[in-house]
Amino acid sequence: MSTAVVSTSAALGRHFVFDAEAVPEPRPFSMAGVTPASRLSVRPAPEMVSSGIAAIDELSGGLPRGCLTEICGSASSGRTALLLAALSAATQRGEFCALVDASDALDPQSAAVAGVQLERLLWIRCGESSPQKHFSTRQQSAAKRNEGRNAENRLEQVLRVTDLLLESGGFGVVALDLADLPLQAARRIPLATWFRFRRAVEPTSTVLLTLEPQPMAGSCSSLVMKLQADSGGYLSKSPLAFSPGRLPIPEISPGPSHAQLLDEIEIKAELIRSRAERKPVGSAAVAFASRTAWADVKAG
Amino acid sequence: MPFACIYVPNFPVAARLRAEPELRTQAVAVLEGKPPLEKVWAVNEKAGRIGIAPGMTKAQAQLCSELAVRPRSALQESSAHAALLDCAQSFSPRVEDSACDTALLDLAGLESLFGPLPTMAHRMFRRAADLGLVGNVAVAASADAALLAARGLPGVTVIPLGKEAEQLGPLPVEVMFADGLSDTQKEKSGQLLATLHRWGARNLRALAALPEVALSERLGQAGLRLQQLARGTASPTLVPLEPPLVFEEAMELEHPIVLLEPLAFLLNRLLEQLCNRLAVRALAAQELRLTLELDYRAGASDESHDLIENRGIPSESAAPHHEEKSGFAPNAPHHNQLFSSTRQNHFCRTLRLPLPMLDAKLFLKLLQLDLNAHPPGAPIVKIHLAAEPSRPRSAQSGLFRPPSPEPEKLELTLARIAGIVGENKVGSLELLDTYRPEGFRMRRFVAEAEPKRSATGQKHDADQKLNSPWLTDTAETKSAITALRLFRPPLHATVTLHDSQPALVVCAKKKDVQGEVLWKAGPWHISGDWWEREAWARDEWDIALQNENGVALYRLVHDLLGGAWFVEGTYD
Repeated sequence: MSTAVVSTSAALGRHFVFDAEAVPEPRPFSMAGVTPASRLSVRPAPEMVSSGIAAIDELSGGLPRGCLTEICGSASSGRTALLLAALSAATQRGEFCALVDASDALDPQSAAVAGVQLERLLWIRCGESSPQKHFSTRQQSAAKRNEGRNAENRLEQVLRVTDLLLESGGFGVVALDLADLPLQAARRIPLATWFRFRRAVEPTSTVLLTLEPQPMAGSCSSLVMKLQADSGGYLSKSPLAFSPGRLPIPEISPGPSHAQLLDEIEIKAELIRSRAERKPVGSAAVAFASRTAWADVKAG
Repeated sequence: MPFACIYVPNFPVAARLRAEPELRTQAVAVLEGKPPLEKVWAVNEKAGRIGIAPGMTKAQAQLCSELAVRPRSALQESSAHAALLDCAQSFSPRVEDSACDTALLDLAGLESLFGPLPTMAHRMFRRAADLGLVGNVAVAASADAALLAARGLPGVTVIPLGKEAEQLGPLPVEVMFADGLSDTQKEKSGQLLATLHRWGARNLRALAALPEVALSERLGQAGLRLQQLARGTASPTLVPLEPPLVFEEAMELEHPIVLLEPLAFLLNRLLEQLCNRLAVRALAAQELRLTLELDYRAGASDESHDLIENRGIPSESAAPHHEEKSGFAPNAPHHNQLFSSTRQNHFCRTLRLPLPMLDAKLFLKLLQLDLNAHPPGAPIVKIHLAAEPSRPRSAQSGLFRPPSPEPEKLELTLARIAGIVGENKVGSLELLDTYRPEGFRMRRFVAEAEPKRSATGQKHDADQKLNSPWLTDTAETKSAITALRLFRPPLHATVTLHDSQPALVVCAKKKDVQGEVLWKAGPWHISGDWWEREAWARDEWDIALQNENGVALYRLVHDLLGGAWFVEGTYD
């Protein structure tokens, strides 16, 4: 026999009768649709893959999948060496990679020497210039007049192409080479775009890699590394080797220019931010050397 | 031995309805003849109900306001006939092409594959409907019985063995006289039919009941043959057809199309028909060839030209890619030749797919992107679409294999990217066997999950090592390789020499690349192709320059033939 609960509404002067069995039990926490923080699932740490350089792997644990990684540095700081190493490692794992080249700066010989399997690399060359029109001063003057506009066009192309690539999916590494873009143009990328990229890459196993003069994605990036040519100790094994941070060179290598050889560049990599670390990484850094293609030939 | 027959009544109208499915709910008449003397050639059932009959003039037919009148199209009838044969051959390898609207199938031994005969007949009916053809399907023990049943009984009919005479009896004798006969045959058939009507034999049962000897005395062997047909006892030999695998769809337009949107609408229809035909034959498309017949006279008019220029199909000057109908060599006529008398009327585009695919939506997107990049430049009066058939791709995916892009999705993505950056700016790299700068070419990017590790693959690796003289095993040692970042085009530089060596570099275009040379190595002299007109010779220097962020390394090039200095790239 069920008991009846009578509720009186004084305002309306009516009586409402409910069946006690039909009345739900009061809940201690009744905010429907809100999951308590204690029940939130912890997002698993991203899978890390090799960057192709042992020192970088030691520093950051590799490159995170499903995350945005920024590699920053000025000219001759080793950004491209790291990019090619990452592409090489990925293609040798059997993955397909895409390189969105904002400045059309990739040297195919360098990529081949670095071990990139070229048939697994999709190269998208943004920009207006054509490789068939090299050594044309007329082209240069026209390009100079339109330099600012070209940079914007290239940036727009990069962003649209990246959206398409991330939407398509299936790539192991999608790399954005913004290293040679003017800083003013690169900074015009809205933060919302970086958020969109991060959201697009999050559920995938793609490593989204960007090469930039300075970090630009803010909190959207999971890993930020800054590279620079080492200005510290000079540890080259070759007496003729060159370290750009150890100038002036002529005092150290006074030989004739044809007797000198660019063997290697010593690079210092600094970890600016890593999602994997709970604490700020501070001054975690590592040094490595990038060797030129002919250095081993000479040694051999 | 069971046989089946698929018959499409009012075939000219059915072919027209296949191209324009929205007319299915209307009364439709197909006209034949030259414009002033056009007559109704065929009508559908709805048109017949409102009194439209073959032989009426166009003016008489058009008195009926709800009647849709269309000219007869040989192209569409040909496509519909090919679709009918595709439908038949998707069930049986032994198919006879009896008439343009009739296909006979030998069903011997197919019950274990497709189920019992009624099920098979219903599947044939549905498949024909999928291909845009609403027809009659009949299954019987003899081919002629199946043929007569399909011609006389609507929908699906299955005649059990021995029940032929009973089932065919109520059919009128006209079903035995096929359409599309020659004039002499028609005359003879007409005489026979008139004779049978005079005798009162108006249906097959009456004809079957006539005494054989008397019939033979009066009508000869033709009469006996008709009687055997009526009794369902004739057993002719099936003549199987082995048509070539040609998949083509075409459409003639009454009014020229000047916008891409309606063209896409029509292409979608053609592609769906083509994909359906390929699907029923368990094939996929390896290549699509689109041929558009253009009407330059309409394009020359001011109004159409404005439409082409402003609203729809961009003018030829934007992307003049007219090609020979037989091939697709990009011999583009100059814009000045737009209205010349030697203009080709056919605009061809070929879509080569990296893998066999069968997705009408994907094909439509690819064609749209291609036409956006290469517009026809004149109003379109005829569309012809052909597919090169191939066996469908069979890929075994593995749990432990790295992910790879889906080929269909990737193809669409590549087409879209090519629309953004240009066709020759996207793809994979192939090194050439040369030391010449920029010694590479772009090639199509294909995401093959399994790289060819056969002799070809090994040869490719060997070629790559051969072509790249600096290739060593350094990649396996997990050490970085100093890369060169190229300036495309190279930066023109003014170089001040000291003892024939660069001492000061000034690059007007890039402010970072200038200053006193802090360190240098070189020159490395390389040259090549001296036996050809494109000979090249240059000295390369590796130099270090100070910039605002520190020291940067550059490759400085002295073009020995031209005499100019360039900064080719930076080491990074």
